[in-house]
Amino acid sequence: MEGDIAEMGKFIGAGISAFGMGLAALGVGNVAGNFLSGALRNPSAAASQTATLFIGIAFAEALGIFSFLVALLLMFAV
Amino acid sequence: MATEEASEGLVFHPMDQFKVEPLFGGDAIHWYTPTNATLWMGLTVVAIFLLLVLGSRGRAVIPTRVQSIAELAYGFVYKMVEDVAGKDGLKYFPYIMTLFMFILFANFLGLLPMAFTTTSHVAVTVVLALAVFIGVTVLGFVKNGASFLGLFWVTSAPLAIRPVLAVIEIISYFVRPVSHSIRLAGNMTAGHAVIKVFAAFAGAAILSPLAILGVAAMYGLEILVSFIQAYVFTILTCVYLKDALHPHH
Repeated sequence: MEGDIAEMGKFIGAGISAFGMGLAALGVGNVAGNFLSGALRNPSAAASQTATLFIGIAFAEALGIFSFLVALLLMFAV
Repeated sequence: MATEEASEGLVFHPMDQFKVEPLFGGDAIHWYTPTNATLWMGLTVVAIFLLLVLGSRGRAVIPTRVQSIAELAYGFVYKMVEDVAGKDGLKYFPYIMTLFMFILFANFLGLLPMAFTTTSHVAVTVVLALAVFIGVTVLGFVKNGASFLGLFWVTSAPLAIRPVLAVIEIISYFVRPVSHSIRLAGNMTAGHAVIKVFAAFAGAAILSPLAILGVAAMYGLEILVSFIQAYVFTILTCVYLKDALHPHH
């Protein structure tokens, strides 16, 4: 066995932080899905709300990106 | 660790593409050393110059193809600023247009093979985000004086929970530049790393058709993401600008 326990912990931690990315995917899907169901009910109002859609997606996605950042930090910086 | 990984597993390491290296040899990087980051940021500016200045120089009534792309970009950002930040936000349109074009072109140029993605570096995006953050905060105080602090005092909420909301609002205000910059850098890093991971799989003969298909699919997705991230960065800038101009909820 080479490497040490800290090395192992890094990889395990990076793997666990991938869960965060999956959960962010749920959040983004939730935003987009709700937008679509609202947009199909009232298509005339949909075009004016695409900016709000993207802002919502951006906020939901940011947290997934943070967990990706944690993974990167564990792999390359710690 | 990176070199060990490269020699054993993948043909090359997916994070190698983000290394900042001096252009003219040597190892030491000082603040004045021209690096590949400098080169690609320069190329970004040149590309924007070619499109917006040379492309629209003819000022034809019936635009050429390049001119209509420039006009499309201009109109797109103009409408975004007007819709999100309001009419009085249009005074700051030149800065927002500059941000949008720089990020868009940096993202797109980073997709060229062998290119270096400047926006994948937090150092670059933090400067962009902090410039927006500090600029917007100063602007808010200059325009509204002390009543800019009304941004943190949500008058539409019941009085009892307003102090709690104020703390949350202040925290979320100061997290803005962090999420603003990390979002762009993270998206660019992640997408490009995934492309390189697929590309590295192409080294194995059995996997290569699948890997090339994967690279093509991810490349298409990355073109979309490059645009959306530039769009998101600018639209959030517009939202922050609106908060500074009209701090009352």
